[in-house]
Amino acid sequence: MTTLSREETDALIAEVLEVYPEKAKKDRAKHLASNDVSVEQSKKCITSNRKSLPGVMTIRGCAYAGSKGVVWGPIKDMIHISHGPVGCGQYSRAGRRNYYVGTTGVDTFGTMNFTSDFQEKDIVFGGDKKLAKLIEEVEQLFPLHKGISVQSECPIGLIGDDIESVSKKGSAAIGKPIVPVRCEGFRGVSQSLGHHIANDAIRDWVLDKRDGQPYESTPYDVAIIGDYNIGGDAWATRILLEEMGLRVVAQWSGDGTIAEMMNTPKVKLNLLHCYRSMNYISRHMEEKYGIPYLEYNFFGPTKIVESCRKIAAFFDDTVKAKTEAMIARYQPMMDEIIAKYKPRLEGKKVMLYVGGLRPRHVIGAYEDLGMEVIGTGYEFGHNDDYDRTIKEMGDATLLYDDVTGFELEEFVKRLKPDMVGSGIKEKYIFQKMGIPLRQMHSWDYSGPYHGYDGFAIFARDMDIALSNPTFKNLVPPWKKVEAEDVKKAA
Amino acid sequence: MAKLRQCAIYGKGGIGKSTTTQNLVAALAESGKKVMIVGCDPKADSTRLILHSKAQTTVMHLAAEAGSVEDLELEDVLSVGFGGIKCVESGGPEPGVGCAGRGVITAINFLEEEGAYDEDLDFVFYDVLGDVVCGGFAMPIRENKAQEIYIVCSGEMMAMYAANNISKGIVKYANSGGVRLAGLICNSRNTDREDELIMALASRLGTTMIHFVPRDNAVQHAEIRRMTVIEYDPKHKQADEYRQLAAKIVANTNFVIPTPIEMEELEDLLMEFGIMEAEDESIVGKTAADLAA
Repeated sequence: MTTLSREETDALIAEVLEVYPEKAKKDRAKHLASNDVSVEQSKKCITSNRKSLPGVMTIRGCAYAGSKGVVWGPIKDMIHISHGPVGCGQYSRAGRRNYYVGTTGVDTFGTMNFTSDFQEKDIVFGGDKKLAKLIEEVEQLFPLHKGISVQSECPIGLIGDDIESVSKKGSAAIGKPIVPVRCEGFRGVSQSLGHHIANDAIRDWVLDKRDGQPYESTPYDVAIIGDYNIGGDAWATRILLEEMGLRVVAQWSGDGTIAEMMNTPKVKLNLLHCYRSMNYISRHMEEKYGIPYLEYNFFGPTKIVESCRKIAAFFDDTVKAKTEAMIARYQPMMDEIIAKYKPRLEGKKVMLYVGGLRPRHVIGAYEDLGMEVIGTGYEFGHNDDYDRTIKEMGDATLLYDDVTGFELEEFVKRLKPDMVGSGIKEKYIFQKMGIPLRQMHSWDYSGPYHGYDGFAIFARDMDIALSNPTFKNLVPPWKKVEAEDVKKAA
Repeated sequence: MAKLRQCAIYGKGGIGKSTTTQNLVAALAESGKKVMIVGCDPKADSTRLILHSKAQTTVMHLAAEAGSVEDLELEDVLSVGFGGIKCVESGGPEPGVGCAGRGVITAINFLEEEGAYDEDLDFVFYDVLGDVVCGGFAMPIRENKAQEIYIVCSGEMMAMYAANNISKGIVKYANSGGVRLAGLICNSRNTDREDELIMALASRLGTTMIHFVPRDNAVQHAEIRRMTVIEYDPKHKQADEYRQLAAKIVANTNFVIPTPIEMEELEDLLMEFGIMEAEDESIVGKTAADLAA
């Protein structure tokens, strides 16, 4: 399929919207746009971060998912209590592959589920006593934990449990931080508010705990903010920063610790990967501690080089020199990968629909392989995400916000991309339609995709999917015969 | 056997719902009716005059002790008091914690599942917390529960506001189920022309004042002894008032979907009876200093 013109893209949007009732059509039209690279502010062309319409099969999560699942969960040496009935914690347990180093159940707790397992009586009489007891038991059973977060499920907000006072008391009793997080699932329109609430909890309960304490700093101290170490992403990132001569003092929250969080206000520069979920705390540190933050992109050599140079510009000449040396060292490896895969992938078209930052961040990596992203959108993005996306996408490409099941299917049918990059909920729909899909949330249980090492894996994975012979054999033999008969008859 | 009649008593907090209900129920029992009281208030004071106890052990407290409500048996929560009256208290949390409304829902569901509403009963009375603050306290008037609502009120402004608001709530459930307003019970506060006022309000709401219960210290004398007047001093004239109320309720067939009135209409009514003075719009929002100037 050749690239659409703006008129064609607009016509496609109008045609897909046609089936909706008037009110839904009016609402959804605001969330769909053809990209106009000349627009500076996305609010002129697309609406985002609004309540999803009932019945459209949105794939958004909730505030609890944003706080427990994304921001807090990966902090490995803390115990994250899912406070409320058992399901929220159990069905989100170990759902994201936030890799970490440590002995699970002893000094790290990443894949475990801790819950207050609310019963009817806890709703009626309140769960404060149970929470206090749970904190006591956690301390007894897992003495090497470094702190606790209390992740509120919906009922906590409804019955008004005072988790703050229980946390304060418990914290004084065990001598470790306990962080109450008011991330009840019904708050906000998506998981996005959960990120914000989680950031605020970090600000209010963690970040200033070592203010004024002595700290041996170096001029090269940085923190990685918003890398969740899916399949080891943060590790692939960290080694590059270290090669550049920087000292990575903290990484959040993938393979992260609460001590690292507390040390973050001592760094010289915050390196922000997932802007959507961690921009709040980065801004806070800029305001309160004067620490600048820099958004970077470690997908694909082009963006890596760009980002590393941008980072190095904050530091002295030795860092700049080391950065250039590093880039030069990896360049042959990148050239080799591109030489191997580009001939097989060149010209292939991709449609993306993902969460936080990937709808725009991975575009460069695809382009490095000669592929083109012809449509992209965010589950829970805000307009500042789209501001940043407009520049990355080609003119007249398709943008879809909080896309509905129907719309995404129709767009894919019409645009006929060679591949879709999205999540598990989309995977089998499109694969049954004969279009390879790579999960861009979980890297399809592969990874890492960040950094130079990650690009090698990314390129291989895209090739695996696109060159998979299965997709040529989706029509069963008896139907093939029919199809040929029809052809002959005609 | 006559069909079981389920009645709920609502009204402003402190109006005397629990006292009126228990005296009424005692009168019904005295006349040979089989009655059950279900207290739907975390304070659990709906059965004390029947059981002569401080507060009955509640469904929710027993459930919390046993682990869950499924671990309870009916006889654990059901006490029998004066006149064979069966008593249950839903119970709930201390003020300021948890969810009392959910406690009411849980307790009533438990009673239904355990067959507390057995075939011998003539009446079930739900004594519900003053303000219907959330869905839990509307539980007794949802489908298949109380069909008759009696509102206890007096000739005071706030009590009448509350009666009108409760009527609005009944309208909501009346349209989806069989619940009806069955009348106003005036629990007198000895205000001027109180009976006329409540009758006037009742007719605006499309119902009647089913009985005017005069104020009498005998009620307090009995209450100190944790007894109803019927039991403490059956010959007292106040006991006869409750007997009359009971008889009128037994005979009552006037069940209506209420017609709650607008706030202005209610205020007009209050002004007509001299309870409220006409508002002087010129003084609204003026401080004492403004007015002095």
